[in-house]
Amino acid sequence: MSTDTEGRSRLVTDAGYIAGAMLLLYVVFLILGTLQGYPVAGIISSLQRVTFLVAVYGLAVLALNLHWGYAGLFNIGVAGFMAVGVYTSVMLTAPVGASPPGLGLPLPVGILGGMLAAALVGLIAGLPALRLRSDYLAIMTVAVSEIIRFTYNSNTFSQFTGGASGFDSIPPGPIRQLLLQDASSIISEPTPLGAAIFQFMEFSGIGWISLGRPDTINILSTLLIVVVLVLVYAFLVRAVNSPYGRVLKSIREDEVAAQSLGKNTSRFKLKTFMLGCALMGLAGIMWFGAIGQSSVYPNAFRPEITFYIFIALIIGGAGSNTGSVLGGALFAGLLFEAPPRVATILTDALGVTNAPDTIIGALGPIASGQLTPMLGFLLDNMSQLRFIFVGVLLIYLIQRRPEGLLGHRSEIAAATDLSVRPSQSKGGETDE
Amino acid sequence: MSDEPGPATTNIPDDVETPDELDPESHDSAVEEAAKRTPRGIPLRVDGLRKEFGGITAVDGASFQVEAGSLTGLIGPNGAGKSTTFNCITGVHTPTAGQVQFNGENITGLEPHEVANRGLVRTFQIARELEEMTVLENMMLAPKHQRGESVVRSVTPGLRRDVVSQEEELREEVWEMLEFFELDHIAEVEAGTLSGGQRKLLEMARALMTDPEMVLLDEPLAGVNPTLEEKLLERIHELREDGYTFLFVEHDMDIIMEHCEHIIVMHQGKVLAEGGADDIRNNEAVVEAYLGEDVS
Repeated sequence: MSTDTEGRSRLVTDAGYIAGAMLLLYVVFLILGTLQGYPVAGIISSLQRVTFLVAVYGLAVLALNLHWGYAGLFNIGVAGFMAVGVYTSVMLTAPVGASPPGLGLPLPVGILGGMLAAALVGLIAGLPALRLRSDYLAIMTVAVSEIIRFTYNSNTFSQFTGGASGFDSIPPGPIRQLLLQDASSIISEPTPLGAAIFQFMEFSGIGWISLGRPDTINILSTLLIVVVLVLVYAFLVRAVNSPYGRVLKSIREDEVAAQSLGKNTSRFKLKTFMLGCALMGLAGIMWFGAIGQSSVYPNAFRPEITFYIFIALIIGGAGSNTGSVLGGALFAGLLFEAPPRVATILTDALGVTNAPDTIIGALGPIASGQLTPMLGFLLDNMSQLRFIFVGVLLIYLIQRRPEGLLGHRSEIAAATDLSVRPSQSKGGETDE
Repeated sequence: MSDEPGPATTNIPDDVETPDELDPESHDSAVEEAAKRTPRGIPLRVDGLRKEFGGITAVDGASFQVEAGSLTGLIGPNGAGKSTTFNCITGVHTPTAGQVQFNGENITGLEPHEVANRGLVRTFQIARELEEMTVLENMMLAPKHQRGESVVRSVTPGLRRDVVSQEEELREEVWEMLEFFELDHIAEVEAGTLSGGQRKLLEMARALMTDPEMVLLDEPLAGVNPTLEEKLLERIHELREDGYTFLFVEHDMDIIMEHCEHIIVMHQGKVLAEGGADDIRNNEAVVEAYLGEDVS
């Protein structure tokens, strides 16, 4: 029962869970793509999109797990902290001459600055709220999140934030900078490395698959986000498998008990809150900024995003880092991305045309025995309907498996294997 | 079964080990004065403590002191103000008036964690074990100022080595303490599954892992079966002989009379009487406060 073997076997199991989930997602999307008659490049691009969503959800859910799963900090303002992260990084890195203008600083400065800004907003929100009961933190964070969105949305600051339309074209991500001489133009002359990679992907590439520049850039950028996810995961696993993790768990379980043992819980809560907010900022930067040449606008950070992230964490199991990634993957892939695709396939397969626009129009024909209009209406509105499925699943989970997929595991917060008894101990024969 | 409480001997603060080595570092006049008057130090002094909740006065000018290395009992009928006094001493409540001194330092109004870090820890009337953490995790939480409580040290490769080595040392102490309290066979179960008595034992063991000088026990025997009760009292006596100081709130007069060398009786927020078991037994005011309860 040494730490090494135990830790390693859990690592293997966990890697197996994630690999299994990704395999499942890839098979599902391969089938969906084939059914929709996508070309190979289209299928690959849809797999890239799923991987991207899994990775960015994973990042955000991991950050929330640190708050809620470990320390019991009920933060329902995740979207706001993500917005601060990405907005700050764009403001720091956008060219000086752009509209809205930026400071033209290098990308690493932008990323660090974004995380720092999210942590500072966390500090401002947390200083008063963390002194109060946990429900006040929830109220405070959702309010802060909305204040952030409205501030970015406001006309008053639009010369800095772009107002409601935000930043149309945010600075190119690192992969573009690496592969293209002029990162802002996809048709620009590639760098030597870029030329080699583009050549490989386009012609000699992986068997018969030929991928153009945009696909190549997207795939490599997504891989970069996956690398960031792995790093954040490793960071958090180390951080919580330690005396620090024990204090966080004790705060979640019984703060008074932790205080009575000399733990300055307010300080731990504030530090942890700031750390989690910084990671949420990072998640925001990766979500909107890593691929680049996309836009970022205030309404991308509606409170729904926070709830999606919460749902993903509940599915995966609060308190488990692996569960967080798993929950993020299953939510993003199966519950968020797949249903509209399935609806499109069904609509085509069943030949449903002229679906009614309203529920009344769909209900009426049922009386005369016609079910097709209702079916058409439901398939047409799958983007909204999927959240009813999510709701049903959530009710089921909370009743039948409140601990989520992996929340039941006892993940001991320690840097060593605590079960190792000292050699000079007299053994555990206690007969009383 | 371990006859020698290993960690206890290593945990004893030097300054209370023997009467001759009284607190060599502290030059506080209060302690020195106390040391002159009595052969042992007075780690805890409560002076004119008063706590009001709205219009109710829970503690009404209570004053007492606890000698180093003693097992002092604090008794009184329901509502006498015992728990509130405990809460004022340990920082859970801020007293309305009065002063609490620990080792000559005024600790009135400090936060609970600050009080605990000065070597004055408590247990709770209803045990506050951390249910979803194992017994080992509960115990490992307690030691003060662990290196790995800093995220940076826990995460940074070079620095984590220190975190691990410290945790290995503490793990050894924790196992010894668990053996001392005979909790080692349930070390790896979640604390929420323990029986009431085991929870009390765990709470006391955990409090001792903070390396305290003095422990306040809030009804440590409530809900504990007679066998475990005996064991717990035995442990308290052993620890006391090793130099720990205990202040012990208890409902059961007989237990206090039998086990405590000094007894403080509270009634209606005031200290009604103080002294040895015989003084208390013969004190008419005490008999009256307990309204006919047999205290002889």
